[in-house]
Amino acid sequence: MTTATARPPARAALVRAARARLATVVDPEIPAISIVDLGLVDGVTVDDATLVVEILPTFIGCPAIELIRAAVIEQLEPLRADPDSGLERVEVLISFREPWTAARISERGRAALVASGFAPPGSGPQLVGLAPPATCPYCGSRRTVLENAFGPTRCRSIHYCTACRQPFEQFKDA
Amino acid sequence: MTAAGPAHPIVEAGLERSLAELLLALADDDFVLGFADSEWTGIAPHLEEDVAMSSLAQDELAHAAAWYGLLAQLTGGDADRVAYDRPSTAVRHSRLVDHGRGDWARTMTRRWLYDTANAVRIEGLASSTCRPLADIAVKVRREEAYHLAHGQAWVERLAQAGGESRRRLDDALALVGPDAPSVLAPLESEAALQAAGILPTGSAELLERWTARVEPVLGRIGLGLPPAAPAALDPAMARSGHGPDFEALWAELTSVRRLDPEAAW
Repeated sequence: MTTATARPPARAALVRAARARLATVVDPEIPAISIVDLGLVDGVTVDDATLVVEILPTFIGCPAIELIRAAVIEQLEPLRADPDSGLERVEVLISFREPWTAARISERGRAALVASGFAPPGSGPQLVGLAPPATCPYCGSRRTVLENAFGPTRCRSIHYCTACRQPFEQFKDA
Repeated sequence: MTAAGPAHPIVEAGLERSLAELLLALADDDFVLGFADSEWTGIAPHLEEDVAMSSLAQDELAHAAAWYGLLAQLTGGDADRVAYDRPSTAVRHSRLVDHGRGDWARTMTRRWLYDTANAVRIEGLASSTCRPLADIAVKVRREEAYHLAHGQAWVERLAQAGGESRRRLDDALALVGPDAPSVLAPLESEAALQAAGILPTGSAELLERWTARVEPVLGRIGLGLPPAAPAALDPAMARSGHGPDFEALWAELTSVRRLDPEAAW
Protein backbone atom coordinates (compact mmCIF):
# COMPACT_ATOMS: atom_id res chain seq x y z
CA MET A 1 0.00 0.00 0.00
CA THR A 2 1.31 3.40 -0.85
CA THR A 3 0.55 6.44 1.23
CA ALA A 4 1.04 10.16 0.85
CA THR A 5 1.51 10.55 4.61
CA ALA A 6 4.94 11.82 5.68
CA ARG A 7 7.07 9.42 7.78
CA PRO A 8 8.40 10.66 11.16
CA PRO A 9 11.89 11.72 9.97
CA ALA A 10 10.33 13.45 6.98
CA ARG A 11 7.86 15.15 9.34
CA ALA A 12 10.64 16.64 11.45
CA ALA A 13 12.33 17.96 8.31
CA LEU A 14 9.01 19.41 7.11
CA VAL A 15 8.45 21.19 10.42
CA ARG A 16 11.99 22.63 10.25
CA ALA A 17 11.43 23.78 6.68
CA ALA A 18 8.08 25.30 7.63
CA ARG A 19 9.57 27.17 10.59
CA ALA A 20 12.34 28.56 8.39
CA ARG A 21 9.74 29.84 5.93
CA LEU A 22 7.59 31.31 8.73
CA ALA A 23 10.59 33.37 9.86
CA THR A 24 10.24 35.33 6.61
CA VAL A 25 6.60 36.30 7.25
CA VAL A 26 6.54 39.84 8.67
CA ASP A 27 4.01 41.60 10.85
CA PRO A 28 1.71 43.63 8.54
CA GLU A 29 1.85 46.69 10.81
CA ILE A 30 5.54 46.59 11.73
CA PRO A 31 7.27 44.94 8.75
CA ALA A 32 10.68 45.10 10.48
CA ILE A 33 9.69 42.18 12.72
CA SER A 34 8.77 38.64 11.73
CA ILE A 35 5.81 36.81 13.20
CA VAL A 36 8.29 34.29 14.69
CA ASP A 37 10.28 37.01 16.48
CA LEU A 38 7.05 38.59 17.66
CA GLY A 39 6.18 35.25 19.27
CA LEU A 40 2.97 34.71 17.31
CA VAL A 41 3.87 31.23 16.04
CA ASP A 42 3.08 28.51 18.55
CA GLY A 43 2.82 24.93 17.33
CA VAL A 44 3.92 23.76 13.88
CA THR A 45 2.84 20.15 13.39
CA VAL A 46 2.19 17.64 10.63
CA ASP A 47 -1.03 15.70 11.08
CA ASP A 48 -1.31 13.12 8.30
CA ALA A 49 -1.23 15.18 5.12
CA THR A 50 -2.00 18.49 6.86
CA LEU A 51 0.57 21.02 8.01
CA VAL A 52 -0.95 22.85 10.98
CA VAL A 53 0.36 26.23 12.13
CA GLU A 54 -0.99 27.64 15.38
CA ILE A 55 -0.96 31.43 15.65
CA LEU A 56 -1.47 33.30 18.93
CA PRO A 57 -2.93 36.79 18.34
CA THR A 58 -1.37 39.62 20.36
CA PHE A 59 -4.90 40.90 20.97
CA ILE A 60 -8.21 39.09 20.57
CA GLY A 61 -9.79 39.99 17.25
CA CYS A 62 -6.65 41.71 15.95
CA PRO A 63 -7.54 42.83 12.40
CA ALA A 64 -4.04 41.94 11.16
CA ILE A 65 -4.66 38.25 11.81
CA GLU A 66 -6.38 37.59 8.49
CA LEU A 67 -3.45 39.19 6.63
CA ILE A 68 -1.05 37.04 8.65
CA ARG A 69 -3.08 33.92 7.93
CA ALA A 70 -2.96 34.62 4.18
CA ALA A 71 0.79 35.34 4.27
CA VAL A 72 1.50 32.11 6.18
CA ILE A 73 -0.46 30.04 3.68
CA GLU A 74 1.32 31.76 0.79
CA GLN A 75 4.77 31.17 2.30
CA LEU A 76 4.05 27.49 2.95
CA GLU A 77 2.47 26.82 -0.43
CA PRO A 78 5.78 25.64 -2.04
CA LEU A 79 6.09 23.00 0.70
CA ARG A 80 2.55 21.83 0.13
CA ALA A 81 3.00 21.79 -3.64
CA ASP A 82 6.20 19.73 -3.42
CA PRO A 83 5.12 16.19 -4.33
CA ASP A 84 7.80 14.73 -2.02
CA SER A 85 6.32 16.45 1.04
CA GLY A 86 3.20 14.28 1.14
CA LEU A 87 1.25 17.37 2.18
CA GLU A 88 -2.21 18.10 0.90
CA ARG A 89 -3.24 21.02 3.07
CA VAL A 90 -1.90 23.88 5.15
CA GLU A 91 -4.13 24.91 8.02
CA VAL A 92 -3.74 28.03 10.16
CA LEU A 93 -5.36 27.79 13.59
CA ILE A 94 -5.94 31.01 15.53
CA SER A 95 -5.41 29.80 19.07
CA PHE A 96 -5.78 31.07 22.63
CA ARG A 97 -4.43 27.82 24.08
CA GLU A 98 -1.74 29.94 25.60
CA PRO A 99 -2.08 33.73 25.91
CA TRP A 100 0.38 35.73 23.83
CA THR A 101 2.47 37.87 26.15
CA ALA A 102 5.36 40.23 25.51
CA ALA A 103 7.70 37.64 27.02
CA ARG A 104 7.29 35.74 23.74
CA ILE A 105 9.09 38.48 21.76
CA SER A 106 12.65 37.36 20.95
CA GLU A 107 15.77 39.45 21.60
CA ARG A 108 16.05 40.03 17.85
CA GLY A 109 12.39 41.06 17.81
CA ARG A 110 12.92 43.55 20.61
CA ALA A 111 15.85 45.08 18.73
CA ALA A 112 13.72 45.29 15.57
CA LEU A 113 10.96 47.11 17.49
CA VAL A 114 13.43 49.67 18.86
CA ALA A 115 14.92 50.19 15.39
CA SER A 116 11.38 50.93 14.14
CA GLY A 117 10.77 53.56 16.82
CA PHE A 118 8.79 51.40 19.24
CA ALA A 119 9.63 50.83 22.87
CA PRO A 120 9.46 47.10 23.50
CA PRO A 121 7.13 46.06 26.29
CA GLY A 122 8.38 44.91 29.69
CA SER A 123 9.35 41.27 29.61
CA GLY A 124 7.32 40.13 32.60
CA PRO A 125 3.58 39.70 33.05
CA GLN A 126 3.43 43.21 34.51
CA LEU A 127 0.21 45.07 33.92
CA VAL A 128 -0.48 48.73 33.40
CA GLY A 129 -0.33 50.94 36.46
CA LEU A 130 2.55 48.96 37.90
CA ALA A 131 4.65 49.13 34.77
CA PRO A 132 7.87 51.17 34.91
CA PRO A 133 8.27 54.05 32.42
CA ALA A 134 8.95 52.94 28.86
CA THR A 135 12.49 53.28 27.57
CA CYS A 136 12.73 55.86 24.77
CA PRO A 137 13.58 54.01 21.53
CA TYR A 138 15.41 57.09 20.22
CA CYS A 139 17.73 58.12 23.07
CA GLY A 140 17.40 55.26 25.57
CA SER A 141 16.24 57.52 28.42
CA ARG A 142 13.82 56.26 31.07
CA ARG A 143 12.63 59.84 31.68
CA THR A 144 9.45 59.20 29.73
CA VAL A 145 5.77 59.66 30.49
CA LEU A 146 2.72 57.69 29.44
CA GLU A 147 0.59 60.06 27.35
CA ASN A 148 -2.16 57.56 26.62
CA ALA A 149 -2.51 53.88 27.46
CA PHE A 150 -4.56 53.65 24.26
CA GLY A 151 -2.99 54.32 20.88
CA PRO A 152 -3.50 54.12 17.12
CA THR A 153 -4.12 50.37 17.35
CA ARG A 154 -5.32 48.23 20.24
CA CYS A 155 -1.81 46.86 20.83
CA ARG A 156 0.01 50.20 21.10
CA SER A 157 0.25 52.97 23.72
CA ILE A 158 1.53 56.56 23.33
CA HIS A 159 4.48 57.98 25.28
CA TYR A 160 6.65 61.11 25.41
CA CYS A 161 10.35 61.34 26.15
CA THR A 162 11.19 64.36 28.31
CA ALA A 163 14.92 63.90 27.58
CA CYS A 164 14.93 64.04 23.76
CA ARG A 165 11.38 65.44 23.45
CA GLN A 166 10.19 62.78 21.06
CA PRO A 167 6.77 61.23 21.17
CA PHE A 168 6.91 57.45 20.64
CA GLU A 169 4.79 54.34 20.94
CA GLN A 170 5.13 51.21 22.98
CA PHE A 171 3.97 47.75 22.03
CA LYS A 172 1.54 46.81 24.80
CA ASP A 173 1.92 43.76 26.96
CA ALA A 174 -1.52 42.22 26.81
CA MET B 1 -7.63 9.35 13.74
CA THR B 2 -8.51 10.83 10.39
CA ALA B 3 -8.27 14.43 9.32
CA ALA B 4 -11.96 14.37 8.46
CA GLY B 5 -12.99 13.24 11.97
CA PRO B 6 -15.41 15.25 14.05
CA ALA B 7 -14.08 18.25 15.94
CA HIS B 8 -13.75 17.86 19.70
CA PRO B 9 -17.05 18.80 21.30
CA ILE B 10 -16.82 22.05 23.27
CA VAL B 11 -18.89 20.67 26.11
CA GLU B 12 -20.30 17.31 27.15
CA ALA B 13 -23.71 16.38 25.76
CA GLY B 14 -26.66 17.83 27.64
CA LEU B 15 -24.90 21.02 28.72
CA GLU B 16 -25.08 22.85 25.38
CA ARG B 17 -28.03 25.05 26.31
CA SER B 18 -26.54 25.98 29.66
CA LEU B 19 -23.20 26.90 28.13
CA ALA B 20 -24.99 28.84 25.40
CA GLU B 21 -26.77 30.93 28.04
CA LEU B 22 -23.44 31.81 29.67
CA LEU B 23 -21.71 32.62 26.37
CA LEU B 24 -24.59 34.78 25.20
CA ALA B 25 -24.54 36.79 28.45
CA LEU B 26 -20.78 37.38 28.08
CA ALA B 27 -21.06 38.24 24.39
CA ASP B 28 -24.11 40.49 24.61
CA ASP B 29 -22.69 42.55 27.48
CA ASP B 30 -19.48 43.27 25.55
CA PHE B 31 -21.32 43.83 22.26
CA VAL B 32 -23.89 46.30 23.55
CA LEU B 33 -21.42 48.21 25.73
CA GLY B 34 -18.83 48.31 22.95
CA PHE B 35 -21.34 49.71 20.52
CA ALA B 36 -22.69 52.28 22.99
CA ASP B 37 -19.17 53.48 23.84
CA SER B 38 -18.20 53.71 20.16
CA GLU B 39 -20.70 56.59 19.94
CA TRP B 40 -18.04 58.76 21.63
CA THR B 41 -15.67 58.48 18.68
CA GLY B 42 -15.22 62.03 17.40
CA ILE B 43 -17.04 63.72 20.30
CA ALA B 44 -15.12 62.67 23.44
CA PRO B 45 -14.09 65.54 25.76
CA HIS B 46 -10.58 65.68 24.29
CA LEU B 47 -8.45 63.99 21.68
CA GLU B 48 -6.69 61.54 24.02
CA GLU B 49 -10.04 60.33 25.29
CA ASP B 50 -11.34 60.06 21.77
CA VAL B 51 -8.50 57.63 21.06
CA ALA B 52 -9.00 55.82 24.37
CA MET B 53 -12.76 55.36 24.02
CA SER B 54 -12.42 54.16 20.44
CA SER B 55 -9.85 51.61 21.59
CA LEU B 56 -11.95 50.50 24.57
CA ALA B 57 -14.98 50.08 22.33
CA GLN B 58 -12.94 48.04 19.84
CA ASP B 59 -11.73 45.82 22.68
CA GLU B 60 -15.30 45.12 23.75
CA LEU B 61 -16.43 44.35 20.21
CA ALA B 62 -13.42 42.06 19.67
CA HIS B 63 -14.17 40.22 22.91
CA ALA B 64 -17.82 39.92 21.93
CA ALA B 65 -16.75 38.45 18.58
CA ALA B 66 -14.64 35.82 20.39
CA TRP B 67 -17.60 34.82 22.61
CA TYR B 68 -20.05 34.79 19.67
CA GLY B 69 -17.52 32.72 17.71
CA LEU B 70 -17.40 30.08 20.43
CA LEU B 71 -21.18 30.13 20.67
CA ALA B 72 -21.43 29.66 16.90
CA GLN B 73 -19.07 26.67 17.14
CA LEU B 74 -21.26 25.23 19.89
CA THR B 75 -24.53 25.66 18.02
CA GLY B 76 -23.20 25.13 14.50
CA GLY B 77 -24.22 28.63 13.45
CA ASP B 78 -22.50 31.76 12.23
CA ALA B 79 -21.20 34.42 14.65
CA ASP B 80 -22.69 37.36 12.72
CA ARG B 81 -26.07 35.69 12.56
CA VAL B 82 -26.00 34.98 16.27
CA ALA B 83 -25.11 38.60 17.01
CA TYR B 84 -27.30 40.52 14.57
CA ASP B 85 -30.20 38.47 13.25
CA ARG B 86 -32.57 38.50 16.20
CA PRO B 87 -35.19 40.73 17.76
CA SER B 88 -34.07 43.14 20.48
CA THR B 89 -35.96 41.08 23.07
CA ALA B 90 -33.58 38.15 22.43
CA VAL B 91 -30.51 40.18 23.41
CA ARG B 92 -29.35 39.07 26.86
CA HIS B 93 -27.20 41.98 28.05
CA SER B 94 -27.43 43.06 31.67
CA ARG B 95 -29.42 46.01 33.03
CA LEU B 96 -26.22 47.96 33.69
CA VAL B 97 -25.40 47.90 30.00
CA ASP B 98 -29.01 48.72 29.03
CA HIS B 99 -28.67 52.38 30.02
CA GLY B 100 -27.80 54.86 27.30
CA ARG B 101 -24.29 56.26 27.40
CA GLY B 102 -25.56 59.59 28.81
CA ASP B 103 -22.93 62.20 29.63
CA TRP B 104 -19.21 61.57 30.12
CA ALA B 105 -19.63 60.98 33.88
CA ARG B 106 -22.25 58.31 33.26
CA THR B 107 -20.16 56.64 30.58
CA MET B 108 -17.08 56.54 32.84
CA THR B 109 -19.02 55.41 35.92
CA ARG B 110 -20.74 52.66 33.96
CA ARG B 111 -17.47 51.62 32.32
CA TRP B 112 -15.70 51.31 35.67
CA LEU B 113 -18.59 49.40 37.28
CA TYR B 114 -18.78 47.09 34.27
CA ASP B 115 -15.04 46.54 34.00
CA THR B 116 -14.67 45.71 37.69
CA ALA B 117 -17.64 43.30 37.59
CA ASN B 118 -16.52 41.74 34.31
CA ALA B 119 -12.98 41.29 35.67
CA VAL B 120 -14.32 39.32 38.63
CA ARG B 121 -16.49 37.26 36.29
CA ILE B 122 -13.76 36.36 33.80
CA GLU B 123 -11.18 35.70 36.53
CA GLY B 124 -13.65 33.11 37.82
CA LEU B 125 -13.95 31.58 34.35
CA ALA B 126 -10.18 31.21 33.92
CA SER B 127 -10.39 27.84 35.70
CA SER B 128 -13.50 26.67 33.85
CA THR B 129 -13.60 23.02 32.81
CA CYS B 130 -14.63 24.27 29.37
CA ARG B 131 -11.12 24.81 28.01
CA PRO B 132 -11.90 27.05 24.99
CA LEU B 133 -13.93 29.32 27.28
CA ALA B 134 -11.15 29.43 29.90
CA ASP B 135 -8.52 30.24 27.25
CA ILE B 136 -10.49 33.26 26.00
CA ALA B 137 -11.20 34.40 29.58
CA VAL B 138 -7.46 34.44 30.42
CA LYS B 139 -6.65 36.53 27.37
CA VAL B 140 -9.56 38.94 27.88
CA ARG B 141 -8.54 39.50 31.50
CA ARG B 142 -5.01 40.48 30.49
CA GLU B 143 -6.27 42.95 27.89
CA GLU B 144 -8.76 44.50 30.28
CA ALA B 145 -6.13 45.52 32.82
CA TYR B 146 -5.93 48.72 30.77
CA HIS B 147 -9.67 49.28 31.11
CA LEU B 148 -9.60 48.99 34.87
CA ALA B 149 -6.85 51.58 35.26
CA HIS B 150 -8.58 53.98 32.87
CA GLY B 151 -12.02 53.75 34.47
CA GLN B 152 -10.81 54.11 38.03
CA ALA B 153 -8.65 57.13 37.14
CA TRP B 154 -11.69 58.87 35.68
CA VAL B 155 -14.04 58.12 38.57
CA GLU B 156 -11.44 59.47 41.00
CA ARG B 157 -10.78 62.53 38.85
CA LEU B 158 -14.48 63.40 38.56
CA ALA B 159 -14.94 63.01 42.31
CA GLN B 160 -11.93 65.10 43.26
CA ALA B 161 -12.68 67.89 40.79
CA GLY B 162 -15.75 68.85 42.85
CA GLY B 163 -18.47 71.18 41.53
CA GLU B 164 -20.27 70.13 38.39
CA SER B 165 -18.01 67.10 37.84
CA ARG B 166 -18.83 65.74 41.27
CA ARG B 167 -22.55 66.43 40.84
CA ARG B 168 -22.58 64.57 37.51
CA LEU B 169 -20.69 61.67 39.05
CA ASP B 170 -23.17 61.51 41.94
CA ASP B 171 -26.08 61.50 39.49
CA ALA B 172 -24.46 58.78 37.38
CA LEU B 173 -23.75 56.53 40.35
CA ALA B 174 -27.32 56.98 41.63
CA LEU B 175 -28.71 56.03 38.21
CA VAL B 176 -26.50 53.11 37.08
CA GLY B 177 -25.04 51.95 40.42
CA PRO B 178 -28.13 49.99 41.54
CA ASP B 179 -28.05 48.04 38.27
CA ALA B 180 -24.32 47.19 38.42
CA PRO B 181 -24.83 43.80 40.16
CA SER B 182 -26.89 42.65 37.14
CA VAL B 183 -23.61 41.77 35.37
CA LEU B 184 -23.02 39.10 38.02
CA ALA B 185 -26.65 38.06 38.61
CA PRO B 186 -27.25 34.29 38.58
CA LEU B 187 -28.06 32.75 35.21
CA GLU B 188 -31.03 30.41 35.02
CA SER B 189 -28.63 27.53 34.35
CA GLU B 190 -26.18 28.49 37.09
CA ALA B 191 -26.67 25.26 39.08
CA ALA B 192 -25.99 23.05 36.04
CA LEU B 193 -22.98 25.13 35.00
CA GLN B 194 -21.52 25.02 38.50
CA ALA B 195 -22.06 21.28 38.85
CA ALA B 196 -20.11 20.73 35.63
CA GLY B 197 -17.32 23.08 36.69
CA ILE B 198 -17.98 25.27 33.64
CA LEU B 199 -18.78 28.10 36.05
CA PRO B 200 -16.27 27.48 38.85
CA THR B 201 -17.53 30.35 41.02
CA GLY B 202 -21.19 31.10 41.67
CA SER B 203 -22.78 34.52 41.44
CA ALA B 204 -23.08 35.07 45.21
CA GLU B 205 -19.32 34.65 45.67
CA LEU B 206 -18.59 36.80 42.60
CA LEU B 207 -20.79 39.59 43.96
CA GLU B 208 -18.93 39.49 47.27
CA ARG B 209 -15.57 39.71 45.51
CA TRP B 210 -16.75 42.60 43.35
CA THR B 211 -18.17 44.54 46.30
CA ALA B 212 -14.90 44.07 48.19
CA ARG B 213 -13.05 45.69 45.30
CA VAL B 214 -15.28 48.64 44.46
CA GLU B 215 -16.34 49.76 47.96
CA PRO B 216 -12.84 50.79 49.13
CA VAL B 217 -12.26 52.80 45.93
CA LEU B 218 -15.58 54.62 46.36
CA GLY B 219 -14.96 55.06 50.09
CA ARG B 220 -11.68 56.87 49.46
CA ILE B 221 -13.52 59.49 47.37
CA GLY B 222 -16.39 59.89 49.81
CA LEU B 223 -18.88 57.76 47.93
CA GLY B 224 -20.71 54.53 48.66
CA LEU B 225 -22.07 51.74 46.53
CA PRO B 226 -25.86 52.19 46.18
CA PRO B 227 -27.98 49.17 47.21
CA ALA B 228 -28.74 46.77 44.35
CA ALA B 229 -32.04 47.21 42.53
CA PRO B 230 -34.18 44.10 43.14
CA ALA B 231 -34.42 43.44 39.38
CA ALA B 232 -30.62 43.52 39.06
CA LEU B 233 -30.28 40.34 41.11
CA ASP B 234 -33.35 38.51 39.80
CA PRO B 235 -32.34 35.84 37.22
CA ALA B 236 -35.60 36.47 35.33
CA MET B 237 -35.09 40.24 35.14
CA ALA B 238 -31.37 41.00 35.23
CA ARG B 239 -31.06 40.45 31.48
CA SER B 240 -34.52 41.28 30.13
CA GLY B 241 -37.02 44.13 30.00
CA HIS B 242 -34.91 46.44 27.91
CA GLY B 243 -35.53 50.19 27.94
CA PRO B 244 -35.97 52.79 25.18
CA ASP B 245 -32.26 53.75 25.11
CA PHE B 246 -31.34 50.21 24.20
CA GLU B 247 -34.15 49.84 21.65
CA ALA B 248 -32.82 52.89 19.81
CA LEU B 249 -29.25 51.59 20.02
CA TRP B 250 -30.26 48.16 18.71
CA ALA B 251 -32.13 49.67 15.76
CA GLU B 252 -29.03 51.68 14.91
CA LEU B 253 -26.46 48.93 15.35
CA THR B 254 -28.38 46.41 13.24
CA SER B 255 -29.37 48.91 10.52
CA VAL B 256 -26.49 48.19 8.12
CA ARG B 257 -26.84 44.45 8.56
CA ARG B 258 -30.57 44.66 7.83
CA LEU B 259 -29.92 46.50 4.55
CA ASP B 260 -28.32 43.34 3.12
CA PRO B 261 -27.90 40.39 5.51
CA GLU B 262 -26.07 38.35 2.87
CA ALA B 263 -23.43 40.97 2.05
CA ALA B 264 -19.81 39.86 2.48
CA TRP B 265 -17.48 42.24 4.36
